[in-house]
This record gives sequence, structure tokens and C-alpha cells, in this order.
Amino acid sequence: MGATWVYAEVTPEGTLPSALELLTKARTLGGDVAAVALGPGATNAAGELGAHGATTVYASDDQVFADRPGRPAAHTLHQLIGQHTPSLILFPGSYEGRDVAGCLQALTGSTLMANVTDVAGPSRAQTEIFGGTKIVEVDLAGPEPRLVLVRPKSFPAEPSGGTAEVVMVDAVTPTGPTATIVERHAEAATGPKLEEANVVIAGGRGLGGPEPFAMLDDLAAAIGGAAVGASRAAVDAGWVPYAYQVGQTGKTVKPEVYIAAGISGALQHVVGMKGAKRIVAINKDADAPILKIADLGVVGDLFQIVPALTEEVRRRASS
Amino acid sequence: MNVTVLAKFVPNPTGTPALGPDNLLIRDAGDGALDPGDEFGLELALQLVEAQGGEVTVVSMGPDEALTGVQRGLAMGAHRGLLVTDPALKGADALVTARVLAAAIARSTYDLVIAGVESTDGYTGTMPATLAELLGVASVTAVRKLEPDGEGFRAERQTESGYDVLTAPKPALVTVTAGATDPRYPSLKGIMAAKSKPVETVTAAGLGVADLAATQTVAAVTEAPAKAGGEIVSGDEAVTRIADLLTEAKVI
Repeated sequence: MGATWVYAEVTPEGTLPSALELLTKARTLGGDVAAVALGPGATNAAGELGAHGATTVYASDDQVFADRPGRPAAHTLHQLIGQHTPSLILFPGSYEGRDVAGCLQALTGSTLMANVTDVAGPSRAQTEIFGGTKIVEVDLAGPEPRLVLVRPKSFPAEPSGGTAEVVMVDAVTPTGPTATIVERHAEAATGPKLEEANVVIAGGRGLGGPEPFAMLDDLAAAIGGAAVGASRAAVDAGWVPYAYQVGQTGKTVKPEVYIAAGISGALQHVVGMKGAKRIVAINKDADAPILKIADLGVVGDLFQIVPALTEEVRRRASS
Repeated sequence: MNVTVLAKFVPNPTGTPALGPDNLLIRDAGDGALDPGDEFGLELALQLVEAQGGEVTVVSMGPDEALTGVQRGLAMGAHRGLLVTDPALKGADALVTARVLAAAIARSTYDLVIAGVESTDGYTGTMPATLAELLGVASVTAVRKLEPDGEGFRAERQTESGYDVLTAPKPALVTVTAGATDPRYPSLKGIMAAKSKPVETVTAAGLGVADLAATQTVAAVTEAPAKAGGEIVSGDEAVTRIADLLTEAKVI
């Protein structure tokens, strides 16, 4: 088979974990492994990408990739594909990964499989459906390279200790209309990052409004190092920003403990948190689906249980 | 301003999905509906056209019964509908879907194409970017706010850490996040009016799209290993039990 490439998301602050996860997997598939890193931070990332298995890093630090989502990266990739004919390209299942892979598919006419949880090579990948209750093996056909979007945290990132040859590439500026970023706004989240926290406490529709999230913040502070998340229902209702969202369309988390408060357990949410080591669910409805996947399910009123738990955690911490 | 809204007909979004003997999702069980994720974009389209004039066209691809999804869009206030329905499209992948929709959309003039970020049944989320490239228009995905801006649009795009503001020339394609708008319910008057609105039905061949070969086939479906049953508690012991679990996990 031809080479496996990884589309590595990079920023001036560093490489995104997805790139290292995908490279670790790519090493096991046989054949050459290369990374494509486009945008500010690309050349700086090459060392880390090499240390995780890329023998070649195609890099460009051009600002156009940061300012114009999707098209410049897809057209640059398309040109590189024409020169080097890889068999398979792994993309992170992020907004950027989706935009670039989706646009690239229009240029290559090759197959594109999303929500992949494992990949065996250019002709076979795996996904999970119905909230992870069924595993589906899919045969991929058609022109190479096959394009595969992988769900976050599907593979651990492990260094190989290698080094990469860096090949600088020129940005291909696509003809035709392209959207341009004119402003950037960060909605500052306090506390540890959702994806990195040991403990995640998430609230859903059962909280009934934005104010009760303060209760979850208190519990997170009492535990220490805990992050607060939310279900899509709570985000769609405007109670907390999108950055809080755990699930298919949000973040994938794998903490030591996940506490779901007032979350019914829609498939959309479950796929983002079922990898947690221990799952605690607090719900007043004894039939809520989340209770079926919980290690400890609590049927009761979260407005009493959460503050009482916060007190109990403080008491144990101080004793 | 003319806006084309993509509307996917999905199996009952609140029901239990099932696979048929061919390992494809059962899409004609009789309880399907317009994808709830598409209603946010439809509402945005209606608001834009109410403010600016013009028409909203609902475009869908699916089985015959997908017509009920188109009709829901018309009942909400869209002006016309186009349904691509063809037995040859059963099992169509995202690329085939994008090619078919590109051909369908290109039949009329438009200033804006609106889709959902991803469908409620497939969650692929790449088709709109493919479609925009095939149409040769600018695209912005994951939009939570959109307004006309000079000769184009100004859009707020959801990001992992906040939001970006983008400008895009006309015509453009955007995908709209759930929650971006508050979709209206069809009024009785709207439901009655929908019956006399024009809906065109076409086949893939009628659109001139010939290559419908799927590039993905299901090789096997297996049950994921069942999770060992947890424990359900209630009442006074609940707090102690959660705290014990946190202690065992060494996180407090």
C-alpha cells in the first residue's frame, strides 16, 4: 500500500493531541507515514510530529490557512496528493477536519468516512452506531486516497522517538469565493480543560436554567481539578456556551469520574462520555437511559444531592 | 434574497433506530420526520426572506415519504419544494448526496444555501463542505448567527474555544448550529397553505447525475461488548455512595 498521511491540526501554541493520536495509529498500518501541517505553528510542530511517527512532515506556516477555513488547506492537500499519491489520509473529527476533508472530497472524488473509531488500512475502517451499542466494519472502495475522519481519543498518543524530514510546501490559493475570518473571540472557560480534567461534572436539561450550573461549579471547586460540562440540550437552550458541550457534536472526554446531573442520556451525549472510567448519573427519572450505562446511578433530586455532595466532599477533604 | 434550505428526512429522531437486512438504516418505517436539526436553518431562512424579500426553497433527497418533511418546511413558511427521490439513491453516500444536491440546487438561482451542521441520523457533517466546493461558492460551517453585509454575509462561527466572525461573498453556503434560532411551529393556516404550494419531484437521472456507485459497504455489524451492570441507589445513602466512589477513584 501507499503512504498513510495524517492531517495534523497545529496552532502557534502547539500541536493538537489529535495529530499525535492519529500518527500513533498510522505507524501500525504498515507503509510510510507522513504528516501534513498547514498554518502558523506548522514547522515548529514538525519535531513532535516526527517523534510520534511521521517520517516526513509537509509543512507551511502560511497565515492563509488560519484566516480562511477549509478551502486553502484542501487545495494544497490536493496538489500534494497529486505529487505523492498516498493511499489513506486520517483527519481529526473536528470542525476543521470536517471542513478540509469535505472540501477535499469534492476535488478527489474519493470516499470519505466520518466518525471512525478504528482503522485497519485504506480499505477497512470501523465506526460505532446507536450510541456505541453496535460496531460496524466498513469496506472502503474507489479512488485513493481514502479519506477517514477519526473520533477524538480513539487511540492513545505514544511517542516513537523518530524524527521527520521537513518538506516546506507553498500554499495553493484556490480560485473562486472563499470565506474569511475577520474577528476571533474566545469565550474564556475557567478551571481545567474538559478534555484534560480528572473529573467532569456535566449538567443537562434537568438543571432547568443557567443558574444551577453554579451548583456544579461549587462541586467542581470542592473536588479540585474538576471541569464542568453540559449536554447539547443545555447548550442549545443557551444556558452555557458551546465550549461546555460533551457529546457527538461537542467534546469527547475520558475522565476518571464523570458525573451526569439531570442528563437523560441521549445517544448524542453518550458517545462523548462513555469512555469515562467511572460514570455517576443523578436523575429524578428512574427510566432515564443514562442510568443503564452508569456504574453508580442515583435516582433522586439533584438540587438536594449535589449541594449535599459538595458538603460531604469538603468534609472528607478537611478531615 | 432567495434562500435554498436543505432538509433531510430522518427516521423518527426520538425513536429507536434499526438496521435492515441489508445493514442500511431503515428509512421508510413510516415514522420519519424532517430532521429537527434542519429547522434552525429553515427558521433563519424565513427570517432573512421576511426582512429582505425573496423566496425560500426547501430541497430534500430521500424516499417518497420524505415529501412529508418538505411539506413541514412549506407549512413553516417556505415557498416551494424540490424532492429528489429515486430507488437508485438508497444507500447513497455523502459524495453521491452532494453531487445530487448540487445538481438540484443549481436548477434555480440562489443567494444562500443553508444546511444543518450534521444530520441527526448519520452525523457525518462533511457533506455541506463538499457541496459548497461542487457549487463553487464560499462556505461557513457551524454558524450561530448570520446577517446580510453589503454584497455578502457576516457570520458568527462556533469554534472549540469561542467564536469567529467571517465574511463571505454571495452566493454562499452555511451550516447552522442547533439552537441558533428558535424555530416556529407551523400554524394551521400554514399547514393549509402548504397544500397548494409547488413541489417538484425529480429522479437522479432527471438531474443528470449518473455515477451513483457507493464507495462504502458494510462488511459486518456486531454488538458492542455490554457494559457490566451498575448499581442504582436512592435516598439517604446516595451522597455517601458518590463520595465513596470519588474516594476510591483517588480524585478527592
